[in-house]
Amino acid sequence: MPKDPNIRKVLVLGSGPIVIGQAAEFDYAGTQACRALKEEGVEVVLVNSNPATIMTDQDIADHVYIEPLNLASVTQIIAKERPDSILPTLGGQTGLNLAMNLHEEGVLAEHGVRLLGTSPASIKKAEDRQEFKDAMEALGQPCVTSDVVESVEAAVEFAASIGYPVIVRPAYTLGGTGGGIAYDEVSLREIADRGIHLSRVGQVLIERCIAGWKEIEFEVMRDSAGNVIQICSMENIDPVGVHTGDSIVVAPTQTLANKEYQMLRSAALDIISALEIEGGCNCQFALDPDSFEYAVIEVNPRVSRSSALASKATGYPIAKVAAKIALGYTLDEIPNTVTGKTTACFEPTLDYCVLKIPRLPFDKFTTASRKLGTQMKATGEVMAISNSFEGALMKAIRSLELNVKTLRLGGLDDLYTEEIEEKLADVDDQRLFVVAEALRRGFSPEKINAITKMDVWFLERFQDIIRMEAKLEKGTPDAETLRRAKEMGFSDAYIAALCGSEAKEIKALRESMGIVPAFKMVDTCAAEFEAATPYYYSTYDRENEAEVDGSSQRRKVLVLGSGPIRIGQGIEFDYCSVHSVWALKKLGCETIIINNNPETVSTDFDVADRLYFEPLTPEDVEAVVELEKPWGAVVQFGGQTAIKLAHALTEMGVPILGTSSDGVDAAEDRERFDEILQQCGIPRAEGRTVFTTEEAIAAANAVGYPVLVRPSYVLGGQGMEIAYNDRNIAEFMRIINRTVQEHPILVDKYLMGREVEVDGVFDGEDVLIPGIMEHVERAGVHSGDSISVYPSLHVEDKHKETILRYTRDLAKALGVIGLINIQFIIYSDQVYVIEVNPRSSRTIPYISKVTGVPVIDLATRVMLGEKLKDMGYGVDIYPERDFFAVKMPIFSFEKLTDVDTGLGPEMKSTGEVLGLAESFPQALLKAFKGANLRAPKKGGRVIVTVRDEDKGELLGIARGFADMDIEIFATAGTCQALNDAGIPAKLVARVSEAHPNILDMIASGSVDLVINTPTKGRKHDTDGFKIRRSAVEHSVACVTAIDTARAMLRVRAEGRSADLKPVDITKI
Amino acid sequence: MQASLILENGAVFLGQSIGEVGKRVCELVFNTSMTGYQEILTDPSYAGQGVVMSYPLIGNYGVNDEDNESGRPWAEALIVRHLSALGSNFRCQGSLDAYLKQHHIVGVQGVDTRALTRILRSQGTMNGMITCGSDFSVQEALEELRAYRVSGTVERVTRSAAEVFAPEGEARYRVALLDFGVKQNMIECLRKRDCAVTVFPAHTPAREILDGGFDGVMLSNGPGDPADNVEIIEEVRKLYESKLPIFAVCLGHQLLALATGAKTHKMPFGHRGGNHPVRDVAAGRCFITSQNHGYVVTPETVDPAVADISHVNVNDGTVEGLRYKRPKCFTVQFHPEAAPGPMDTEYLFDEFLVAMGGDHNA
Repeated sequence: MPKDPNIRKVLVLGSGPIVIGQAAEFDYAGTQACRALKEEGVEVVLVNSNPATIMTDQDIADHVYIEPLNLASVTQIIAKERPDSILPTLGGQTGLNLAMNLHEEGVLAEHGVRLLGTSPASIKKAEDRQEFKDAMEALGQPCVTSDVVESVEAAVEFAASIGYPVIVRPAYTLGGTGGGIAYDEVSLREIADRGIHLSRVGQVLIERCIAGWKEIEFEVMRDSAGNVIQICSMENIDPVGVHTGDSIVVAPTQTLANKEYQMLRSAALDIISALEIEGGCNCQFALDPDSFEYAVIEVNPRVSRSSALASKATGYPIAKVAAKIALGYTLDEIPNTVTGKTTACFEPTLDYCVLKIPRLPFDKFTTASRKLGTQMKATGEVMAISNSFEGALMKAIRSLELNVKTLRLGGLDDLYTEEIEEKLADVDDQRLFVVAEALRRGFSPEKINAITKMDVWFLERFQDIIRMEAKLEKGTPDAETLRRAKEMGFSDAYIAALCGSEAKEIKALRESMGIVPAFKMVDTCAAEFEAATPYYYSTYDRENEAEVDGSSQRRKVLVLGSGPIRIGQGIEFDYCSVHSVWALKKLGCETIIINNNPETVSTDFDVADRLYFEPLTPEDVEAVVELEKPWGAVVQFGGQTAIKLAHALTEMGVPILGTSSDGVDAAEDRERFDEILQQCGIPRAEGRTVFTTEEAIAAANAVGYPVLVRPSYVLGGQGMEIAYNDRNIAEFMRIINRTVQEHPILVDKYLMGREVEVDGVFDGEDVLIPGIMEHVERAGVHSGDSISVYPSLHVEDKHKETILRYTRDLAKALGVIGLINIQFIIYSDQVYVIEVNPRSSRTIPYISKVTGVPVIDLATRVMLGEKLKDMGYGVDIYPERDFFAVKMPIFSFEKLTDVDTGLGPEMKSTGEVLGLAESFPQALLKAFKGANLRAPKKGGRVIVTVRDEDKGELLGIARGFADMDIEIFATAGTCQALNDAGIPAKLVARVSEAHPNILDMIASGSVDLVINTPTKGRKHDTDGFKIRRSAVEHSVACVTAIDTARAMLRVRAEGRSADLKPVDITKI
Repeated sequence: MQASLILENGAVFLGQSIGEVGKRVCELVFNTSMTGYQEILTDPSYAGQGVVMSYPLIGNYGVNDEDNESGRPWAEALIVRHLSALGSNFRCQGSLDAYLKQHHIVGVQGVDTRALTRILRSQGTMNGMITCGSDFSVQEALEELRAYRVSGTVERVTRSAAEVFAPEGEARYRVALLDFGVKQNMIECLRKRDCAVTVFPAHTPAREILDGGFDGVMLSNGPGDPADNVEIIEEVRKLYESKLPIFAVCLGHQLLALATGAKTHKMPFGHRGGNHPVRDVAAGRCFITSQNHGYVVTPETVDPAVADISHVNVNDGTVEGLRYKRPKCFTVQFHPEAAPGPMDTEYLFDEFLVAMGGDHNA
């Protein structure tokens, strides 16, 4: 069936802010789908609250709303735009739930909006627990049997009917507290009894235990004619029990014979057919490793993280095809753009192995529980492609940027063998390395399999790597060994480290032996058809397919991507990389991208002219450079990942376009930077470089408390703390010295002023600042975690002038060509510089969108020699717009147990939303709504408990809430302070005091907001930590900076929900 | 031990010997299936051919006694990127390497199978020689390679005597299956539909079947150039001229086409894999199929008065099925019995049963 002509205007819902479990993959899917819709002449209306996305660009959709993803907001947009259809399956669970909500509330029917693709009834069948179970039963597809029971006897009876072992999950306890696995009736009686008592509702779920089974996924598609195909199979190396987002996943499946494979493939196709899904669908299965028995774990009737991975793993553009199916096309009518010859109606076949490793945030959240289970914790992932499993694994490990070169994690070799054996049973992010260490200690794969249930085949591959290490440790390898090591993905640097040589020598040696990389194409069809898509990965095989056209006159530019998404380096940098590629293409350059993140737009095969899916390390990049011989390289847009490679590229003889690597160094090297500031006459906070606690205390007293203490080598504020006294210093120094040695520690005067941030484009003479952004939270809260407002609210013109001057002077002094990001503090009527980054920043996408200045496009053109004066956007500070934009950080604390939610100099947010309105309070209100944060209403309740330093400022805020008839509760000290000031506040008992205390009150659900500012230290036994965690775990809003609390008060006092209007950013 | 693969075009690939140490000349074909190497090796249709697996990791799950498609591997040689030394699977009974050795199949690993596949795709199927050790002459090999042609393979792979397979349940129909190189799963697909199956040697006279009181005839898959089987085609024509319901697969489909006046031709590199889309023209639906063929029915030679082209390949438009005007006779080029590959078209066996039931014109 061709395209349905009645579909003319389609509403696409995005997935909102980046949170753990819902990340950049939906920007990739949404962007691809929007482009597919536009290609068909359909008018696209896009709604997504996340301003960092590519999909919210003006050129991706016709109407773009960066608005809260809730019923009220989208209803308004529907009423305004009058789309005829809505595409619900591209915006993750958020988009799907919202679309279902719009349907159920009758909004769609009222406005005559049709749900495209899968019908609401089908979605419900897949999403509703009971309906899904019934549907699977009717199909004869086995599910994981479970039942809710309220007595031990009932538990025993049910367990007898499904067989042991069983999992006991108490209802409504956090993280399944009190549950466990019962292997027999005796243990069941004990666990069930405990669970029933712990459960708030006296219920436990008894579930058949399939932990340890293989976890297998199939990505499948179906069209309206009923054609069904499978796109990709995936096998989790971590057996059932670990969320697939946190599992190491290999594609295609490796340990399934054809019979099991076809059995599960058929099951997936039967399921998608029975659910009548039109589009993509993800089916997850558990497969008994010892029989043909399996169970359906989950079905997602939409594009997902797995479908993004499957798209990148196979080259099959799932989101694009799903969008076309939604328009009415059948699979055989949609061309396969990879081959250009075949259609979308076929099954991709791989002639390589793909491996995904999750990027977990425990390097940032050092205190978080590393345990992996059914709650996803990863912020991002890397993917690697090779013609061997070992090669893909080694490449993926390198791509993680965790300073790990192989299956070896520092510290594990210090453990006793007994400890290693014990650790094998721990399911956490280090298990892969523990397994490797166990193999090194001589554990057999069979023994490890018995403990971990990881398939012996995978363990054998790890063993191969370890054997190769041992071989290389014997000395300089012969040609055969070296070739084999390279095929297995060993880097020259690691080979050199093992055999006591230098990376350069190993490279020279292998080149003399003819061992050089060969690039192969991802073509969806294992070379059966000639493919036109230049999507490559490296091997050490014989034939290089990435032929380079030497006669091309176009300038060839290499753009380095930003690798896996992690806290501090998010989707914003992919936005920048992609825009740079587009700008370069417009300038007539041939573009090459290297990146390893499967969730992103930058790794879509039709973004750059050539895509290399490779680790971002000097050696891997050099292989591409030697082949492509680029005219220049762009490193400013790929975050720290790309910047780190500037030196290496310079050494390879590749000119860095824009700011040189020396300029980058100058900004990061404390002494050089201080010199530049001095030269430019720019003040910065007084500070000292110290090594010992004694020196630190002396320095702090010399500059005066409070001071910022931080190790000098880290970025993103890692390990940074504010010290108010000698005791704090002593404590931080102890913490810092535990993990860091040899690097000096910086002690700076902490200026508690207003923080202001700018991004600028500098062409060597002139600077263009699209806008000055002001932070709601004062200095001390990481800029990425602050609420940021454009245009600035409190910056006087004279300070703006100073900011402009400083920006220009610094850019010039650092030799910036392209982007510069500077954070300032205005303190005591003086502008100070806190930090300068001569590269793209987190704020670029948002400031580009709200000001209409295409920052990346301009920066890219500047890098190629154009002047700002000629570009039509002027120079200096771009005129302010007549509306306000508020960027609000979003956190994923509920997914990470044991992480302190208190904000400080170290970044903790995973994403952001934007609020756009004609006044600041309205923009702030929208941002709060986008963040799903509600200020308490009249009659509501607030608990306040703040540190002494904040008590003075709290008074005004508390009075404001009290004046609005909001009840205030406070712990002793705070309560006293409030009452002394004549503010009504009721006393609530402290954590350590008798029940009911503050924790009970939070748990009771009767509180709307907790205002708690953290006291110093990183100890988790403090009351504040418990209060903040408790708020997160009971979904109570918790504000940890006094300025955020004030903003909330302002929203409550001045915000008018009824007056909020959606803003189409393409029309402003 | 070093092993070399010499191609008819003069290209030489070096690798390591797997399976039996020895020399073998064969026709090289590539298969893009990601699972099912054991079924592929034991599929008699590969007689005379050396199989290049385009998926690089082979042998991961070992071999077992249940996944054989015939009594022994028929492929002459196996060419892979990486062979797993050990298999890991609950049904695994041994390694693929040991299996190859046991059955005297030569092979080579460490070959850039993608480069090899690209040669076969762009230059067409060609002959190749695997030779172990480093002592060989490319020139001599080339002469031998140019002289080689797959022939007489149906005679090699077919049974010497008829064999009866009991149905799984109570017998509903009796099927005569002509074995041109039949895969075991074709028999199983009939057995599990409660058919009693008598498998006949390829050269069984039609009369014997027509007199056997069967409800239907199945013509199996098999190796080689279909047009070589002149005598068999003659017998197939006699079966066609009867009233017995006929269902034919792959070589059987080609033989029936030849018997009814159509022609076949050799494809540049054939279809071998588990991902080939086929459109059922009448139903308008597409199915993913398992395929293994190097020859195909030439569409212009199909007389519309004799048969309609019922199925076409979505990728290249080649003939994938014929529905004859003569009642109860339909044939497909692909493999509804799968093994290995998708089982999405197994329903065709049900249609055959309906045809034998006589109550529908299937």
